[in-house]
Amino acid sequence: MKKINKKFWLGIIAALALYGVVQVLLTTGILDDVQRSMLLLICVNVMLAVSLNLINGITGQFSIGHAGFMSVGAYTSAILTLDYDVPFVLAIVAGGIVAAIFGVLIGMPTLRLNGDYLAIATLGFGEIIRIIMLNTEYVGGASGLSGIPAKSTWTIMFFFMLITVVLINNFIRSTHGRACLAIRENEIAAEAMGINTTLYKVIAFTLGALFAGMAGGLSAHTFYVITPGSFNFLKSFEILVMVVLGGLGSTAGSIVGAVFVTLLYTYLRDVPEWRMIIYSIVLILMMIFRPGGLLGSTKFSLKKFGKKEAKANGGISDSSAS
Amino acid sequence: MAMEYFIQQLINGISVGSIYALIALGYTMVYGIIKLINFAHGDVFMVGSFIGLFSARYLASAGLPPVLVLIISLIFSMTVSALLGITIERLAYKPIRKSTRIAALITAIGVSFLLEYTGVLVLGPQAQGFPDIMVKKQYQLFGTSIQVDSNQVMILITTIILMIILQYIVRYTKTGKAMRAVSFDMEAARLMGINVDRTISATFAIGSALAAAAGVIFGMTYNSVDPLMGVMPGLKAFVAAVLGGIGSIPGALVGGLLLGTVETEISSMGYSSWRDGVAFAVLILILIFKPSGLFGKNVREKV
Repeated sequence: MKKINKKFWLGIIAALALYGVVQVLLTTGILDDVQRSMLLLICVNVMLAVSLNLINGITGQFSIGHAGFMSVGAYTSAILTLDYDVPFVLAIVAGGIVAAIFGVLIGMPTLRLNGDYLAIATLGFGEIIRIIMLNTEYVGGASGLSGIPAKSTWTIMFFFMLITVVLINNFIRSTHGRACLAIRENEIAAEAMGINTTLYKVIAFTLGALFAGMAGGLSAHTFYVITPGSFNFLKSFEILVMVVLGGLGSTAGSIVGAVFVTLLYTYLRDVPEWRMIIYSIVLILMMIFRPGGLLGSTKFSLKKFGKKEAKANGGISDSSAS
Repeated sequence: MAMEYFIQQLINGISVGSIYALIALGYTMVYGIIKLINFAHGDVFMVGSFIGLFSARYLASAGLPPVLVLIISLIFSMTVSALLGITIERLAYKPIRKSTRIAALITAIGVSFLLEYTGVLVLGPQAQGFPDIMVKKQYQLFGTSIQVDSNQVMILITTIILMIILQYIVRYTKTGKAMRAVSFDMEAARLMGINVDRTISATFAIGSALAAAAGVIFGMTYNSVDPLMGVMPGLKAFVAAVLGGIGSIPGALVGGLLLGTVETEISSMGYSSWRDGVAFAVLILILIFKPSGLFGKNVREKV
């Protein structure tokens, strides 16, 4: 117990040190505006990837509708700050909570489904949310909402990200997280051991939606404009790609994957016509030569960094191939 | 009158549905055999459409009669797309057949992006006009106000012919029997001396050829093709495949037609911006109440 605590605090200190260094670099102007917005985007993407990893990687429920929750959070918080002058941080949290409510509503009926069927159902729900936004005049229809105050700062973003990572990581290590892992490994066996599988699946789904909603709110307040089109299923794929590239089932992997994909996206912007082609070739080659992702299923701890992981093959069992 | 209007929309729906059904067949066959949601399938449909466009342009300028232009560009497009399907399978999917399903899915997404943006790079992002192969004629049905145009008749005839050929291949040829055996149990089929790799390639070839046919038909119906046109029809066709019961060939046909008609009816009622939403809502309802789809086999969970 003490050992875990020590490692935990070491991680927090390392994170705070990182925050301090970047903050100094930002205030002294060594990092320019482009790099600043890239850092903010990394924070958003880390939140999205880590929260999707809780659903896909830890609980083993194949969800590809994450952009839907993100858009619920983004729209809710944007409306709250635009129309009701709600304080920024409160609006973000409210956006997350509304997204979590959607998570419960969507999770209850769909989580009975297995594997690919669940994937398609969540994809369908994500698209339905987008189409509802598209047809609602109050949220701007196809042109979306614009003029959202750019209130996201590096400090706020970083601490939201840190809280997300710490909370989800602690959840994974708790009794409840173990239950989720058991569901991933073998749902029938987990149920036989007395785990309420439906409850835990919905909990994981809801937590994932909560943080995705907050990430959506933060990104809305970083980039001024949100449109329904920016939350389509391709966005969900992008988040899934981060999780899988980093290593499904590993929080550290999700962070690495999110950073990697964001950097790739940003630096390929210089060659716009080749950007998606290079990106797709990287995806295919990664999956062929390193299907378990960059970090495999490495757990989030400083000690294991750099060590070769024994279970290189992702460590996830196929839930629907019973 | 309302009834006639309804039937008119039903007829229009069947042509859209035929396109979905042809694409859905490729999804369902590939899924049935290697359990992969081949997200690149919608883009094979796009490639097929472009090949049809170029060959139709070339042949029409060479002065061939319209029916020959249609048949030759259809066959040419189907052949090239079949080869493309085999190439994709060999290069991208075969190396990862043994890894996790999610890795395979990411690869499929990668292949999809690769086809789309290679298309954008080579052909430019703007839409191109599809040549009018045949002059559209309108027919009145049985003295009512219901109209059918020659294009819709052509779509229906093409779809029916392709379905008959497909049924023949799957039921009576050696390849078809091998396909059914591999989709039933890959390991047992291998032990029985079936060349599994070749069978999977054949499945990809047939599925891609059908998608290409759908692409040519799509181009003739909507007169506009662009490199990203495969995304939405691809996704819808997948919905159609799941609707009918993934892995089932008649299911894909029925699912496609059903989706096409539902969509057209919704649009005709003035809710065209809700069309896609309704398609997904139908999908979710089907999944919740009959998870294996309309024609799917119910697979029991074994411990």
